[in-house]
Amino acid sequence: MSTFYDEVQEIRARYPEGSRSAALPALRLAQEKHGHLSRAALEETADALDVTPAFCYSVATFYDMFHLEPLGTHTVEICTNLPCALCGAQKVVDAFEDALGIKAGETTEDGNVTLRAVECLGGCGYATVVAVDHRYRHNVKPEDVSEIVDGLGG
Amino acid sequence: MAEQITTLLGGTEDHDLTRLAEYRAIGGYGAGLERARAMTSDELIDELQKATLRGRGGAGFPMGRKASLIDRKSAKPKYLVVNADESEPGAFKDRQVMATVPHRLIEGCLIAAHAIESKDVFIYIRGEYLTEYEILAGAVEEARAAGLLGGVEIIVHRGAGAYICGEETALLESLEGERGQPRPRPPFPPVAGLYMAPTQINNVCTIATVPLILDMGAEAFAKTGVPSSPGTAIFSVSGNVVRPGNYELPLGTPMRELIYDHAGGIAGGRELKAVIPGGSSVPALTPDQIDVPLDYDSLGAIGTFFGAASLIVVDDRCCMVQLALRSTKFYMHESCGKCTPCRVGTRWMVQILESIENGTATRDDLDLLENVGDNILGKVLCALGEFAVYPVDSYLKKWRAEFVAHVDGGGCPFHGSSSLEGILAPSDMHTKLEVLV
Repeated sequence: MSTFYDEVQEIRARYPEGSRSAALPALRLAQEKHGHLSRAALEETADALDVTPAFCYSVATFYDMFHLEPLGTHTVEICTNLPCALCGAQKVVDAFEDALGIKAGETTEDGNVTLRAVECLGGCGYATVVAVDHRYRHNVKPEDVSEIVDGLGG
Repeated sequence: MAEQITTLLGGTEDHDLTRLAEYRAIGGYGAGLERARAMTSDELIDELQKATLRGRGGAGFPMGRKASLIDRKSAKPKYLVVNADESEPGAFKDRQVMATVPHRLIEGCLIAAHAIESKDVFIYIRGEYLTEYEILAGAVEEARAAGLLGGVEIIVHRGAGAYICGEETALLESLEGERGQPRPRPPFPPVAGLYMAPTQINNVCTIATVPLILDMGAEAFAKTGVPSSPGTAIFSVSGNVVRPGNYELPLGTPMRELIYDHAGGIAGGRELKAVIPGGSSVPALTPDQIDVPLDYDSLGAIGTFFGAASLIVVDDRCCMVQLALRSTKFYMHESCGKCTPCRVGTRWMVQILESIENGTATRDDLDLLENVGDNILGKVLCALGEFAVYPVDSYLKKWRAEFVAHVDGGGCPFHGSSSLEGILAPSDMHTKLEVLV
């Protein structure tokens, strides 16, 4: 099995020499390995990219999909932008908050599920869109929520 | 002889076009690609210019003319970058193209790369589109294994969640591994783009349309649609309609036909209140304006934009102040922070709109809201800040009575019954800032 360092070198080789284009793929890989971008994860990424940890921190803090704090085992992300909102996304948020006993932006006490309200996911014609572990569910209604939550175990 | 395909989503009804064999069975990677490769760069650009294919990402700049601006004599590599960072609220067409006709996009990349003498193509896909990334990356591998890439390298590069990366220079920064913050122009990308080399950047739908032009010829292509905007476009329809979804129609189709015939009209027997025609960043239209033909110039003539061909349909249950507030919170969240007018102005706009909604604003605050907008327009490096202002400005002008009713009545006249009541902005809006402290 190849190490994180080797995998990052493989990614770097796809881009012109001296460029930092591997930064996003490398940070994604580090996040998958560590669960979130902890200090250790950022330092390991910096080492593999041959950049400073500060550079990795500055990039990581810019993007919504990079997380500097621990996340739950599962993520539930509900689109609350206009098209979904007009079709009742807030009721879907309410249903998830009730079912999980947490507010959007929080993680369940057992660390199983992080619930997030997010910006447009690009499924506006199939509102409400909910990304469960990054896989889209379309046309989610409040009555679908308990089945989705049951599927996450915990 | 395979049947002539003339639309972007053509062939998907009867075939699984994510599979190379099926795409080839309907003529994919066939005569059109051969024709393109037999042409010189100049001849191909000429053919693309004749087709007047206008950019489907929002700005509507003719794709062939963009190609003609590339400094092909440069000693540096030439790059083709496909903008697949579709993040405009209301838009979900690029996603369908990548998920259902990935090979048409790849074939378009090969033709467009040949036009600008490029050997390196990057497709920058938004990070959230995981399933679409897998389909597209799989299709690229399949085409490579079949020897179809002809020496062109195609890399599918995933973003990581940032609306601003749909802006072309922010996209280039992000592709170079940096924070996605726009660059000052000039230099423009055709001169100094990716890695400071000549770069052509086009939207997914634009590039995926290119094989159709080569298959049928520029003249035949230019016969559909309207003379100033030929061809078809995929229109994303969302919001309060009976049948939301993507509809591919000739440019120039009346908006009313799209909303009432194709999308089935307003859901639940409600009344139409507003249409935001190009994604959430453009000025909204009132019900008496929807006979407009859906093309760049016709929409421009009535003070809005074709944008991302994405119509958000709003019914009469919606409070326009809440609509403005939710929209502005999005742009505030997505502002990259580089230009002060946008970084600070979008926050001011949110604060003023909140005070209007909760009844603590005065009539002077309506003028202040306009004034803040005026201090963003034209004073920022990219269009994001302006995208925050255009829609709000239109709500304020066209639904002014509703804003005044909030101010004079001490709060929202909907009394909790608006369709947007209580809608949340992203839950990390504040926590992310705390991390930086």
